[in-house]
Amino acid sequence: MTMLAVKNLLHDKVRLVVTLTGVIFALVLIAVQFGLFLGFLETSSNIVERSGVDLWVTAPGLPHVNGGSAQPERRRYKVLEVPGVAKAEPYTLGFGNWKLPSGAKESVQVVGYDLESGMGGPAELVAGSGNALLADDSVIVDEHYRNKLGVTALGQTAEINNVRARVVGYTRGMLSFTTAPYVFTSFKHSQRYMNLDRDQTIFVVVKLAAGADAQSVKRALKAALPDSEIFTNSEMAWKTKSYWVFSTGAGITTLMGAALGLLVGIVVVAQTIYAATMDHLREFGTLKAIGATNRYLYRVIVEQAVLSAALGYGVAIVVAMAVVNAARNGDALILLPPRVAAGLFGLAVLMCIAASVISIRKATRIDPAIVFRA
Amino acid sequence: MKTVIEIRNLEKRYGSGAGQVRALEDVNLDVQAGEVLALMGPSGSGKTTLLSIMGCILQASGGSVKVNGREVVGLRESELPRIRLTHFGFIFQSFNLFPALTVRENVAIALELRGTPRREARRVADRLLADVGLADKASRQPADLSGGQKQRTAIARALAGDPQIVLADEPTAALDSVSGKTVMEILSSLAHDRGRAVVIVTHDPRVLGFADRVVRIADGRIADEATEAAA
Repeated sequence: MTMLAVKNLLHDKVRLVVTLTGVIFALVLIAVQFGLFLGFLETSSNIVERSGVDLWVTAPGLPHVNGGSAQPERRRYKVLEVPGVAKAEPYTLGFGNWKLPSGAKESVQVVGYDLESGMGGPAELVAGSGNALLADDSVIVDEHYRNKLGVTALGQTAEINNVRARVVGYTRGMLSFTTAPYVFTSFKHSQRYMNLDRDQTIFVVVKLAAGADAQSVKRALKAALPDSEIFTNSEMAWKTKSYWVFSTGAGITTLMGAALGLLVGIVVVAQTIYAATMDHLREFGTLKAIGATNRYLYRVIVEQAVLSAALGYGVAIVVAMAVVNAARNGDALILLPPRVAAGLFGLAVLMCIAASVISIRKATRIDPAIVFRA
Repeated sequence: MKTVIEIRNLEKRYGSGAGQVRALEDVNLDVQAGEVLALMGPSGSGKTTLLSIMGCILQASGGSVKVNGREVVGLRESELPRIRLTHFGFIFQSFNLFPALTVRENVAIALELRGTPRREARRVADRLLADVGLADKASRQPADLSGGQKQRTAIARALAGDPQIVLADEPTAALDSVSGKTVMEILSSLAHDRGRAVVIVTHDPRVLGFADRVVRIADGRIADEATEAAA
């Protein structure tokens, strides 16, 4: 690294602080907004991705996994007839009203699954057991939402759509993309909570036999059930993600926030680097006069930009991690995996280099004869 | 003596058409190694333009300028930095030091431009600073120096690449009489003891006593040329 790049950057402390503030602000904004986006992606479809289901059989016109409509439960017998299907069970997922002991109401998403197969049930239980759901009116909620649902202890009762519900366990990590927490119960109980007839289900979920090809079985199911729609688990996950994240505009908004952060960062850093270049214009002229090539001037400016990026990134990543940790107690999941954190450094460097382009043009076009003006 | 700069029928024009200004016209001049040449003349006469063209900082509009035998008029812009780096050392009226660098680094940067490793550059810089009497100021910032010390730092920087030609623009203008004399003694010694060609643009009559030759410029032309005795 050239002496001049480092020394010039550190010489003007106020300008350095302004530059770094711009870089840090932009990077934290990008990290948080992009982390929110990743959190949206994760939470919008975690109920599908953690379900252990291979194929989903639904009524036609399903917009996303949370928007299913009732279909006859007996369809699962037709499903079971299709070669390659090992298990087919009813499964419900739909919105309901949770009535707190205080009388207040919260929206919840009732998940009803077959207790014997466990397909679509909670991935991680931290209190209670799945078997406890065999008891009448029993439900399991996620520990994250205990306060929201007014649950202070196991055994506590509430109501879902005016039907009694007793909390018998807690899950972990089943965060909801919507404001409505997931409440797990047995399929039979879920029919009562969701006012379904005894022969109705929302989904038939399928476990494939060992070695069966999902797409082949899907085609066979489609042929056997022309009035149903069939999705593989990844198709259902993507359908749900794309609906919540893109169709509702939630994802686009967070991505635009991240893009705005990038833009703000480029503008702020460009302004400070440009101002610094203008302040040092005579020095660049002197450099050219005493024999520096334009390449050397590029180097000085780009090195200053990269150094600003590195210093700014160091602080920004600490702030971003603090925000991510703080968000763990809130309803919005912010994810900052190592790959994204590393990518953010690359982005910081690119942002600062992009911000220095105008300065580079200015510096390399200086007439070295400027040095002869007193 | 060896001719290090050979100028023939030099022209420099600014602008075009009716607004064209002739800054230099039909200038012929040779600069010899080992001499101090003073360029004098009123403001706007063209002496700084001539110095800029000699130092390959400005391109001539016509004529010929040879630096150590190599024609530099018509060279591509990208070729000029190498010529400046190889043949010239520059000294400016306002010193043009880098305020963020120490005195040592201000000299070393001229070596860094030549690809000298940093440790070696600092060693050479210390030697050059000792030559101009600033060994004890190497770690200071330029802001801590007097005008004369700044100009001596600039001289050390100009000599970093061991150039054959030193071009100085009003090197004593911002200095008091004592500092000005010290600077001129160093420049004179460069020419007379070390064989460098030193070209000085100046209004300062104190410089005349150190010049071997004085060239007066008026309206872009050489009006008069005199040796030390005649001047």
